Amino acid sequence: MTYDLLVNGKKYVVDVDGDIPLLWVLRDTIGLTGTKFGCGIAMCGACTVHVDGVPVRSCVMPVADAAGKPITTIEAIGETAEGARVQKAWLDIDVVQCGYCQSGQIMSATALLAANPSPTDDDIDAVMAGNICRCGTYPRIRAAIKLAAAGR
Amino acid sequence: MSVHDKLTLPVSRRHFLIGASLTGAGLVIGLQPSSSSAAAEAFEPNAFIRIPGEGKVVFVMPSVEMGQGIYTSVAMLLAEELEVSLDQVELEHAPADPTRYANPLLGDQITGGSIAIRAVYEPMRKAGAAARIMLVNAAARGWGVAPETCSAEAGHVVHAASGRRAAYGSLIKAAAAETVPQEMPLKPASSFKLIGQSVRRLDSPEKVNGTAKFGIDARPEGVSYAAIAICPHFGGKLRAVENGPAMAVKGVKQVVRIEDAVAVVADNTGAARKGLAALSIEWEPGPNGTLSLVDLEKRAEEAIDGNALPHINEGEVAKAEAEHGPALEFVYRLPILTHSAMEPMNCTLHVRSDGCDVWVGTQVMGRARQAVADVTGLPLEKVIVHNHLLGGGFGRRLDVDGIILAAKIAKQVDGPVKVTWSREEDIRHDCYRYLNYSKVTATLGADGMPVSWRHRVIGPAVMARWLPAFTRDGIDLDIMAGAETPYAIPNKYTDFVRHEAPEGMLTGNWRGVGATRNLPAIEGGIDELAHAAGVDPLEYRRRLLQHKPRLLAALDLAAEKAGWATALPPGKGRGIALSEDFGSFAAMISETSVDDEGGLKTERIICAVDCGQVINPDTVEAQIQSGIIYGLSAALYGRITVQNGAVVEGNFDDSPVLRINETPKIEVHIVPSSEAPGGIGEVGTPGVAPSLLNAIFMATGKRLRSLPIDHNELRRA
Repeated sequence: MTYDLLVNGKKYVVDVDGDIPLLWVLRDTIGLTGTKFGCGIAMCGACTVHVDGVPVRSCVMPVADAAGKPITTIEAIGETAEGARVQKAWLDIDVVQCGYCQSGQIMSATALLAANPSPTDDDIDAVMAGNICRCGTYPRIRAAIKLAAAGR
Repeated sequence: MSVHDKLTLPVSRRHFLIGASLTGAGLVIGLQPSSSSAAAEAFEPNAFIRIPGEGKVVFVMPSVEMGQGIYTSVAMLLAEELEVSLDQVELEHAPADPTRYANPLLGDQITGGSIAIRAVYEPMRKAGAAARIMLVNAAARGWGVAPETCSAEAGHVVHAASGRRAAYGSLIKAAAAETVPQEMPLKPASSFKLIGQSVRRLDSPEKVNGTAKFGIDARPEGVSYAAIAICPHFGGKLRAVENGPAMAVKGVKQVVRIEDAVAVVADNTGAARKGLAALSIEWEPGPNGTLSLVDLEKRAEEAIDGNALPHINEGEVAKAEAEHGPALEFVYRLPILTHSAMEPMNCTLHVRSDGCDVWVGTQVMGRARQAVADVTGLPLEKVIVHNHLLGGGFGRRLDVDGIILAAKIAKQVDGPVKVTWSREEDIRHDCYRYLNYSKVTATLGADGMPVSWRHRVIGPAVMARWLPAFTRDGIDLDIMAGAETPYAIPNKYTDFVRHEAPEGMLTGNWRGVGATRNLPAIEGGIDELAHAAGVDPLEYRRRLLQHKPRLLAALDLAAEKAGWATALPPGKGRGIALSEDFGSFAAMISETSVDDEGGLKTERIICAVDCGQVINPDTVEAQIQSGIIYGLSAALYGRITVQNGAVVEGNFDDSPVLRINETPKIEVHIVPSSEAPGGIGEVGTPGVAPSLLNAIFMATGKRLRSLPIDHNELRRA
């Protein structure tokens, strides 16, 4: 069956089973590889995208559930005010190392700031604990979120 | 002296000792122009620099980027002498070609062992200098002036006296006709413009906007996507599988069988995973089908008294033990660990009758190419490896098992195919850091200071298969790294009991390599001795390190920053761990609290590091933060269990890693140094566990000697 997807403002028609996770449709069918596969069970956050403005783990979201709703990925998050601020803070702090988890980190951080413009350390922990980074960029992620919040 | 320390010798001796011993002949990094250097479109003075007529200067990266910041650091070295600014360059992955891109200290195109900067600090600057000299000579010749009257700055040759100025791009034809200089005098450190400055990573922008390409992101035209199930039992095989249920899934094209795995190929990875999940696969458990972790630990325990090969023998340990006994004796036990890089194992191949393309992120470019040639039967030159950014390495991508597996599958697939492992496959088929036990026996003199130190290391000889040049008389020199301690103890004896994992369970290198294996016993051990002697552990170490000024300076700085002299409230403790490896010196102090229920909170970790001449201070800080968090993950959670000859854990739910909310405050302090640069990527990891064990002892009086930390043991009775 086909599904209409609205990704980063562009419409795609995909012909896949409805239970295929959105992640693979984004990466393989549409070709937006900025969203990453890390665990497949919503434990690491690498696959985080926004559906209807809400951060979701695309590795467990069936594509059928995302059909027809606006989907934003890392490739377009810089077009939002919060996303642009977060990306700039990520550069200013030089957060990244291997970089693999950073798409998901930025998507989570952007959603955090959109919902809570001045997060405390506890607020940051509560949201960002869902995103694993094996390079250990956590101290810089925290600093970058605070910088992005301050630069509002 | 550990094998890593040898690498800190001056370059000439390093080449003699390491280069010669590894390859039978001294290796020098290729500074001759490549055959295409005469081509008009670009000036290629050597394998690392390409200057086109217009646009950015291209630097070709001999090491791979897996987060450690090497692309930025190597670019800084090249740019420093070439006299270009970093916004004038773009970076390119090197192709698989050990003849041009081998690490000169390892003798192969390998990125690992925190050895890149030590190996290329001089060669990369020389490569930059050679190119600059040729450009300056070309400009001077064109202007009819002496080269000495010209200078280079920001991608231009300048003749100040006449005010003439030529962009490098305008000189490429003339420069290509110049002779490659034999002498390349290098700037003194006092003239460095880039080296020693905190420079932003060159790979940040693409990693922040989603355009960075990792191996898993390769999408060659017509690619199919494969999910894979590998026999869960070590050394087991595929017995039987029916294709039907997978083929019934929309998008599935093919089921591929190899000896020990099944792959489902589809038009997207999601369909491939769905197809794979639908299969009922029968496995032949093989010779290890009943093994459990209890068995493996029992074997390791027995190996403590196994045949040991002597390593270091200084003084007269037996005599000292007879005179100063009874000896203190303790055994430290380390678990099986995974790497769990964020990017699961993957490899994309297009195998054709006339050649093969491989898209992958690997730490071993040359070996990757060779492995694919071996599997496909193609000549080496017909295998093209397209390297990518690595979504974490940590030693996992020093092995090519995943590439071999993917090649076997791709041989049966028409067109390119990307094989992506699930997280479960990634955890259950790692090249594990295997069980590692250390038995330490020590005696103290009347003054409480150690008179003898005996350290037996029990574990696998990874180097025997991975880099045989790093073995000697059957001893894995890596696993013995630093076993003798940096401390002034008159009588020392270390030996090695080779103890391998069961057949079929791959064991390999893990961040921090030998040092992470030995430091818990060494730094836990010295702490135990200090306590037995009734001496403050800082003071005890200081007394034993008077001959080690760099390590002592790092220790003093860390102690000052930690406020060692100020007492902590009950339930809190500080612990020290020192390391001297990778050509760098690090002192780590962990501060932790333990509650009545055994709950542990690591409040703060301080690391003072002397890594010689710093290239990019921000990278040093980032790598120490990174190494600490990697080490803390392992100290708190790292433990793989085995049942029925298969790994039990499979994902981040049952094999947890550190998250941001558990991350302590980390402070990194760099000890200024003008010594030769040391490695940094692994320096932060080894000290974490022992400093934490020592802090726990200070907080609770309980001495833990096994990892990961067991909260039940910390519960107040």
